[in-house]
Order: sequence, then structure tokens, then C-alpha cells
Amino acid sequence: MSHDTTAAAGHGHDGAAHGTLKSYLVGFGLSIVLTLLSFGLVMAGVVPRSLALPGIVALCVAQLLVQLVFFLHMGASRSQRDSLSAFVFAVFVIAIIVGGSAWVLHNMNANMMHPMPAGM
Amino acid sequence: MTQAVTALPHGPGHAGHHDDGSKTVFGFWIYLMSDLLIFSVLFATFAVLSKATAGGPTGKELFDLSFVLVETMLLLVSSFTFGMAMLNLHAGRKPRVIAWLWVTFLFGAGFIAMEVYEFHHLISEGAGPQRSAYLSAFFTLIGTHGLHVTFGLVWIVVMIDMLRCHGLDAVNTRRLSCLSLFWHFLDIVWICVFTFVYLLGAL
Repeated sequence: MSHDTTAAAGHGHDGAAHGTLKSYLVGFGLSIVLTLLSFGLVMAGVVPRSLALPGIVALCVAQLLVQLVFFLHMGASRSQRDSLSAFVFAVFVIAIIVGGSAWVLHNMNANMMHPMPAGM
Repeated sequence: MTQAVTALPHGPGHAGHHDDGSKTVFGFWIYLMSDLLIFSVLFATFAVLSKATAGGPTGKELFDLSFVLVETMLLLVSSFTFGMAMLNLHAGRKPRVIAWLWVTFLFGAGFIAMEVYEFHHLISEGAGPQRSAYLSAFFTLIGTHGLHVTFGLVWIVVMIDMLRCHGLDAVNTRRLSCLSLFWHFLDIVWICVFTFVYLLGAL
């Protein structure tokens, strides 16, 4: 049984950030608050669509950053640099794929689609 | 007994002591990034087809936001409890790691149960994936996420058994680090799901 603890202790220097109880609690609290704000913004039904739309997108981005930093321990430290650059590249490709698809197909719909007969 | 277990070679990575597991975790991170691309393509498909309801029900008519809020909370709590398991892993407390992993499993299973209920409810209402292109994209996106969570649940059970047999050795620590990334990653995908599928659909 004793080898369990030594093996775990010997692994402590793997360079990956582990986080602390405090950082997990802060991250958890922030993500709960951001989630409730997003749902509240839509479920309350008093905020006009033109305001609620950018609101929930901004809350989504904030929530993603909170989770990346507090739960996935992403940072600019030396040991995290490779993961960070892989992530930035993935976000770049995603921006092209999602943004490009939405842009191209929106234009296609706007320019080529004729009003469909009812029931189609 | 434990002597015999530790004497077993754990694959080629164990022979040279230069690899401390961080390369494996980085490799797993690369896999997660490619998984992220799968999800982003499904999101793009959903965005493009979000108006193609073919006269069928729209998201606004179908979604019960308070139900989705409970689902979201279950997944958020499970992400936090997995963090507690990881903290105890690095502190070397095996029984607590196993206990927190079970708690994580229960919250994750609750999430999947709610999702299965939602799918069943939609299909029995006639709003199944064959109703419209919008619903096809919806079921594909949510279903893919649900399948990932299900695999994560299986992985948690497997890891609990591995911890029982082998304890908190270097190999199990490495595998739990990968599972931790996987679980938090699914939480991140779900944040985009509830924002862009449910909340945007209900606006």
C-alpha cells in the first residue's frame, strides 16, 4: 500500500498545473453565476432580442475562458505553451470553418432562395 | 501482491524514465482539439440549418429552458467534483479519489438520463430527427455530445476499477489526467450547446 503514495508523490513534478481547492471553487462559483445570468437573460423575457443576443454570446465567451483557466489550467507558462498553441490553432481553424460556412450559406440563402410555397 | 503489480512493465513509455506522462497528456490534448473540430462542424451545420424547420416545430416551441438549466447544472457540478478527485489524486488519497469519481459518475449519469428522457419526449411528440433538417442537425449535435459523455462515464467506471487494482501509480495518474481533460472538455462543449442551441433557439 505504501508504494501508492510514493508513486503519486514522485509524479508531482510533471510540470502540469494542478490547481488548488481555491481555484476550483472560484471557477465553479463563476461558472454557476455566468450560467444563471445567461438563462436568466432569456427566461425573464423582458430583455429585447437585440440586447439578449450579444449578451448570451458574451456570457458564453466569458464562461469558456473561466473553464479553460480554472478547470483546464490553461496558461502561458512554459509547460503549457504547447497546449496553448494547439488550442489557438484549433480556434483559428474553427473560426474559418464556422464563420465561413455561416457567411457563405447566409449569402446563398439571401440571394438564391425564393420564397417557398406554404407547407414545404 | 503489490510488489508483483508494480514490477509489471507498463508499456514502452515506462522503460525510459524521461517521459513523465506529460507527452501522453499533450497527445491527448491534440486528440481533444480534433474532437473540437468535429463539434465545430456540427455547430456550423446546425447554424446553417437552424431555419430549415420544413413547417415543423421550431426550437422555441420545443425547448423547456428550466429543464436544460437543470441538465447544465448537473454537468457543471460533475466538472467540479472531478476537479476534487484530481486534487485528492495529487494529494495521494486513493479512497477519496474513488469516492469523488463515483460522485462525478452519478451527476454525469443524471445528465445522460435527462437527455435520453428529452430525446424520447421529442420523438414521441413527432419531433424526431426525420421531421426536419433542423431537428436532424439538433439530434446529431446533442447526440454526439451525449455519446461522448456516455463514453466518459464508461471510462470513469474503468478507472475506478484500475485504481482499486493498481492504486495511484504513475500510469493511473497519467490516465486520470487525460480523463480529467476529456470531462472538462465536454463541459466546455455543452456551454456552447446551451448558448447556441437552446438559448438562441428560444430567443
